[in-house]
Amino acid sequence: MAELLELSVAEAARQIAAGELSREEYFEAWRGAAAGDQLNAYLWRAEDGTAAGDGPLGGIPVAVKDLFCTEGVQTTAGSRILEGHRPLYTATAVRKLGEAGAGILGKTNMDEFAMGSSNENSAYGPVLNPHDRERVPGGSSGGSAAVVAGGLAPCAIGTDTGGSIRQPASLCGIVGLKPTYGAISRYGMIAFASSLDQCGPLTRDVTDAALLLDAMQGNDPCDSTSVGIAGGVEAPTRTDLEGLRFAVPAELAHDAIEPGVRAVFEQTLKRIEQLGGEIAEVPLPHAEHGISAYYVLAPAEASSNLARYDGVRYGARAEGGDDVVEMYEETRAAGFGDEVKRRIMLGTYALSSGYYDAYYGRAQQVRTKIAEDFAAAFDRFDFVVTPTSPSVAFGLGEKTDDPLAMYMNDFFTVPMSLAGIPAISIPAGTAEPEGGGPQLPVGFQIAAPAFAEQRLLDAAYALEQAIDG
Amino acid sequence: MAERAELEAVIGLEIHVQLSTRTKMFCGCELSFGDEPNVHTCPVCLAHPGVLPVPNEAAIRYALKIAAALECEVAPSSTFHRKNYFYPDNAKAYQISQYDEPLAVDGRLGGIRIHRAHLEEDAAKTIHLGGSGRIHGSGASLVDFNRGGTPLVEIVTEPDLRSAGEAGAWARLLRTTVRQLGVSDVNMEEGSLRVDANVSVRPVGSEELGTKTELKNMNSFRFLERGVEAELARQRELIEAGGLVVQETLHFHPEDGSLHPLRSKEEAHDYRYFPEPDLVPLAPTEAMLREARESLPELPEARMKRYESELGLSAEHAAQLAADPEEAAYFEAVCQGAPGAEAQVVANWVTGELAAALRQAEADGERDKVEPAALAALIGLVGEKKISHGSGKQVLSVLIAEGGEPAAIVEREGLAQISDSGELESIVAEAVEANPEAAEQIRAGNGKAIGAIVGAVMKQTKGRADGGEVTRLIQEQLGV
Repeated sequence: MAELLELSVAEAARQIAAGELSREEYFEAWRGAAAGDQLNAYLWRAEDGTAAGDGPLGGIPVAVKDLFCTEGVQTTAGSRILEGHRPLYTATAVRKLGEAGAGILGKTNMDEFAMGSSNENSAYGPVLNPHDRERVPGGSSGGSAAVVAGGLAPCAIGTDTGGSIRQPASLCGIVGLKPTYGAISRYGMIAFASSLDQCGPLTRDVTDAALLLDAMQGNDPCDSTSVGIAGGVEAPTRTDLEGLRFAVPAELAHDAIEPGVRAVFEQTLKRIEQLGGEIAEVPLPHAEHGISAYYVLAPAEASSNLARYDGVRYGARAEGGDDVVEMYEETRAAGFGDEVKRRIMLGTYALSSGYYDAYYGRAQQVRTKIAEDFAAAFDRFDFVVTPTSPSVAFGLGEKTDDPLAMYMNDFFTVPMSLAGIPAISIPAGTAEPEGGGPQLPVGFQIAAPAFAEQRLLDAAYALEQAIDG
Repeated sequence: MAERAELEAVIGLEIHVQLSTRTKMFCGCELSFGDEPNVHTCPVCLAHPGVLPVPNEAAIRYALKIAAALECEVAPSSTFHRKNYFYPDNAKAYQISQYDEPLAVDGRLGGIRIHRAHLEEDAAKTIHLGGSGRIHGSGASLVDFNRGGTPLVEIVTEPDLRSAGEAGAWARLLRTTVRQLGVSDVNMEEGSLRVDANVSVRPVGSEELGTKTELKNMNSFRFLERGVEAELARQRELIEAGGLVVQETLHFHPEDGSLHPLRSKEEAHDYRYFPEPDLVPLAPTEAMLREARESLPELPEARMKRYESELGLSAEHAAQLAADPEEAAYFEAVCQGAPGAEAQVVANWVTGELAAALRQAEADGERDKVEPAALAALIGLVGEKKISHGSGKQVLSVLIAEGGEPAAIVEREGLAQISDSGELESIVAEAVEANPEAAEQIRAGNGKAIGAIVGAVMKQTKGRADGGEVTRLIQEQLGV
């Protein structure tokens, strides 16, 4: 049984397709593993059924972040306000996984409406890091990262708006890929910040990430902003980095990087050179303003996206209230958590008449500048690399009282989101947390030009083989 | 009393046109009017979590047609914006509209400049039970999302209109123009055409705009004219008494024609517009623009000008006949069938005698009961004085009732004009003899008295005599 659970998704799918492995047995094994969740990682688990379809993911159970609508299955976005909400339809990304033969193993816990970097903002309690249950798994796709890292699912999908796949992947020691904006349909993915949200896989290795990405990517008539990746992606096979140029942002002398994380990062740069890659510094002068711009743009869009949760048509409704406005107010006061309220207020303010130009307009300009910085870097380099997160997993409750410290978790991941380019986090080693304790995973982020996912996966695979070897 | 400058009216209109596409602006639900509430809904138009809008291509093509008809410049790329507000008629709590980069700008129609035209979606319909029919004071509110998401084109004019009558006439021209494009039912009662007016006054000769008020809920052209008229009167009176107009939105009450301000709570909005991230910019292809231009039929305004300049119709007749494409086609078919008749004579028959005869037959508007060729033949008979004008009207009644050939009807009914002058002379002589008093008055110089004798002749001839000829014979016989 344990051996079964150790198969990669690619290998399990191959064995199932070849008739060497029973899909029922495989799914049942994972159902059993998921049933042992002690991390508060699942919000719902499939009690029966299997992955019946044929295809590249035939027979593979997938854990799905509870931000994706699943027809008839509770979809809460980690929020009280959607408690008990059963969508009438299934998100395109999940439907496509099904068409590739996969089945839903469960719905995973997450920061409410994907707002958070620690999974402590879930209305259903925090998810625990499988490497140290006193620590956070990262967020907002913390549940998806924890189930994969904790042996509760063979693979998962999540969403990334400013780092919500990459950062928890880093903190949990797995692979997390945020594809190019537009690679995968957003239809049925409950919106946080529409111009940034992107679906992606969280897996144990790069090959599995490629497999899930290929199944989910594509233009969707239900999402006007989706384009797909021309030709899809194939399983990576490259084992060297000869002739590839990796840029390290010159501004990386960020004093908030933990020494252990910095050491792993530098060690990984050496591995790149050993594999034949070139390393050089590149200026990304506007990247340091990424967090500021992001925390204007994302809340602005969120303030509008979350305005529909009014208790009228679905979800929770607060009783009482003399008129419709009071009903809205009471429903939203009771239904949303503190961080969501904070961001709705920030965003409403940023869009208000008289402030729009100073906040939203200015943040859009910064966003354009950051995209231009990346474009200039990609004129000379194939990739930009950074640590994924400035720190290893931190303690539960450590940063909950300091939103700005929490926001700094996304320092390295937000610029790629703003630029709409793909980026992957792969496990690069471990480090001792500040203040001591057992070693914890450290992620290494590689970013590539828009729609260069194949090149990104190839390089990540080569590096992964070297690190694992 | 100090001399006071005369105040002129300054009126601009904001028109919402519901497009008659098969489906809604951003989802696949069918459009409907009068169906059971909330049957034409889906997760998208009910704003369920996770849904995304997909623009309706037909709506974009319809909007481009309107832009072409209004001679607007179409933006190479325009953007959708979110207009955020909480209200039960708006499931997303924002309306997808266009803001600072609209689809089309700088057009004109009937001498009035068009400021802009843009695409957006309609709100759901709310019904407030009890109280005033508005949300305040009502016991409960019901929402019908069938209408929510219907494609709308909003058209905004420059403040070029100078009277309530002009505003009404222009709105009618816009309706006939849009109707002819086949992109909307443009029915004010059903709400597929909604006209709001921005009204202000200023001293004649001033270039500055006065403070305006916005008039809403005028759901007929008559109400539009009445509302604007009433508001102009109110503003003039206010200013002449030394007061100031306050910028506000006024709701027209059709029951008594009164205008009442909306509660400020209902209109104190900061819409927090920002570009709709779920949609890419709207960039019509050259082919779409060309198709919109080339598909334009002759529009009422152009047709009106042609009727005046080429056919020599009076302005009034030109306007009346050009407005309705079907009536215009009918008129032109009659003209074609009666090449000998002047267009103005045909116009008189179509708008006058035919309309009156149809009304009398309680067949208003059913002009097809009279084939254009038949009416043309009838006009020919009258023109050639084969029958009198009065007999012509009788033939028309028969045509409406039974159809047939005018010449055959004339034959059958014995309506041919009396062409034997000897016969007519003796009938006139008898009539003069039978009306000695009238004859005396005519001799004494009272020209009006001739009517009694003409009437007697017409009665005797059953209208088969030519009125002009009868008058001439009476005067001849009485030596005046």
